Amino acid sequence: MTTTDTPQPAGPPPADAPPTGLPATGPAAPGAPARPAGESLTGGVLNVFSHGVLVIWAFLVAMPLLWAVMTSFKDDRSIFVSPWSLPDRLHFENWSRAWTQAHMGEYFLNTLLVVGGSLIGTLLFGSMAAYVLARFEFPGNRFLYYLFVGGMSFPVILALVPLFFVMNNMGLLNTLHGLILVYIAYSLPFTVFFLTSFFRTLPTSIAEAALIDGASHTRTFFQVMLPMARPGLISVGIFNFLGQWNQYLLPTVLNTEQDNKVLSQGLVQLAVSQGYKGDWSGLFAGLVMAMLPVLGAYIVFQRQVVSGLTAGALK
Amino acid sequence: MQHGKYGFIVGFLVCPLAIYTLFVVWPFLQSIYYSFTDWTGLSPEFSVVGLGNYAKMLRDDSFWNALRHSALFMLLLPVVVLGLALFFAFMLNVGGRGRRGAAVTGVTGSGVYKIVYFFPQVLSIAIVALLFQFAYNPNSGALNSALSAVGLGSVQPDWLGDPNLALWCVMAVLVWSNVGFYVVLFSAGMASIPKDFYEAALLDGANRMTTFFRITLPLLWDTVQSGWVYMGILALGAESFAVVQIMTVGPGGPADSTNVLTLLVYQKAFVGGQAGYATTIGVALLLITLAFAAVVMRLGRRERLEY
Repeated sequence: MTTTDTPQPAGPPPADAPPTGLPATGPAAPGAPARPAGESLTGGVLNVFSHGVLVIWAFLVAMPLLWAVMTSFKDDRSIFVSPWSLPDRLHFENWSRAWTQAHMGEYFLNTLLVVGGSLIGTLLFGSMAAYVLARFEFPGNRFLYYLFVGGMSFPVILALVPLFFVMNNMGLLNTLHGLILVYIAYSLPFTVFFLTSFFRTLPTSIAEAALIDGASHTRTFFQVMLPMARPGLISVGIFNFLGQWNQYLLPTVLNTEQDNKVLSQGLVQLAVSQGYKGDWSGLFAGLVMAMLPVLGAYIVFQRQVVSGLTAGALK
Repeated sequence: MQHGKYGFIVGFLVCPLAIYTLFVVWPFLQSIYYSFTDWTGLSPEFSVVGLGNYAKMLRDDSFWNALRHSALFMLLLPVVVLGLALFFAFMLNVGGRGRRGAAVTGVTGSGVYKIVYFFPQVLSIAIVALLFQFAYNPNSGALNSALSAVGLGSVQPDWLGDPNLALWCVMAVLVWSNVGFYVVLFSAGMASIPKDFYEAALLDGANRMTTFFRITLPLLWDTVQSGWVYMGILALGAESFAVVQIMTVGPGGPADSTNVLTLLVYQKAFVGGQAGYATTIGVALLLITLAFAAVVMRLGRRERLEY
């Protein structure tokens, strides 16, 4: 991945760009970027300007998150009286309260089960369909490919009303396995699209060698092709993980049972019912609890995440 | 090679296809059918009313109101998000100047910026919406307290409570959460532009504005265009539903000032007991989405540049 491989400065900045050291104090003038009326003159000014804008955006992005973490350690009163002050002490009891009383632990478990199950299902079914569509000629191949890929372009909300009744008739409404099946179904269009083009890039000779040695098609797929497709599976897996972990619309409609709620749903419900109970510090603790694992995983694996997501979007 | 081929193909396709057809294709086809019925969604009886729902929709003020907001989302959000992202990505990848050795570099610390900018993208839109709901709280939210702290205590907007402001507040959240992804996406695209293009431009004395408009943007155009479509669809679809439903009062308020088409479909179907009519609005949403994608693809068509 090349995005983060920007060469770092080899030495101190040259004398004609002195202001880069103090970016935050730059004249972040409102309006359009400075007009380049003579690059040598405005170069320094433009540098300060652009550094200023970059710093401001970084601040705007990081600030709400830091604020949330800070707030999760405060008591209810100081959240409202002085939102920006530091906590008087670290109120860890917010966290334990959120985990036990506000059911965050259960929501977490539900989310893990649903995302784990649907991620495995999505990767398995997605790669099976993509492999067949990418490497075998048969009548209807193109039709099925476009049937899968076409699903990327239509709004989920449109199918939601009939889907609700399909699930209801099958007794899948408000069940975790029902939600898993729906997640898999709605993840398939992109997964098949991405993996089909990925399987096309893999060399055919190894698969053919395996077939000649007497391996069945199924065995060739699981023991030869699937291991070779690992980079693609990781990319599309990260993409689906984030999408499914953060899903809100589908569970809101299809999974209203209290015991089966997933994280995003549980948090929203908590926020709504807070109007009556007023445990804001607990809610913030819950928010941060739901936020930190993914954020932490992203920081650790950011190269893979970024390359996975951009590879998907650039295709 | 051919031995057992068809058995294998059928065996591998049957499960994925069954799940996909049952939960995606079939509901999708059904919804088009339902859009011609007066189905309430509460009882199994309904009758076909032909184009009745469509006529009703065209007379429905709440539809036009939501359509106006959705259209604003669809047209304005991509401009703002992609514009900001292009600027940031350019600064982070090409904007650095005057360093020894390299003609084309990002500004100092661009790696860190890229990591930080991406943060909102890994967070659930539900979490983001909840967080900003607190920030916007007029009495004790972070925003108004910050305004007081810098001496602007007299300026205390109602934010989400103000019908003139609420829609912009919601849109700001979507901008906040989406810019980072496009920064990273465009960065990846920019990294694949050959360095000698920039070196040649530098030798010719091009400044950064010229470099951006003459080299970076034309070579990045395909990515920008697909990003444009993607962002527009997102602004019409699930993300706008989540932010409006979670953040605004009602939801969709105050005074219906933030309702969008996705939320309207949800309300009609699951709150209002008008499932048939809801799918009609859904079909309209689908048509708008497809039209948007077609227009952007057509307007944006340019000669493909090979390099």
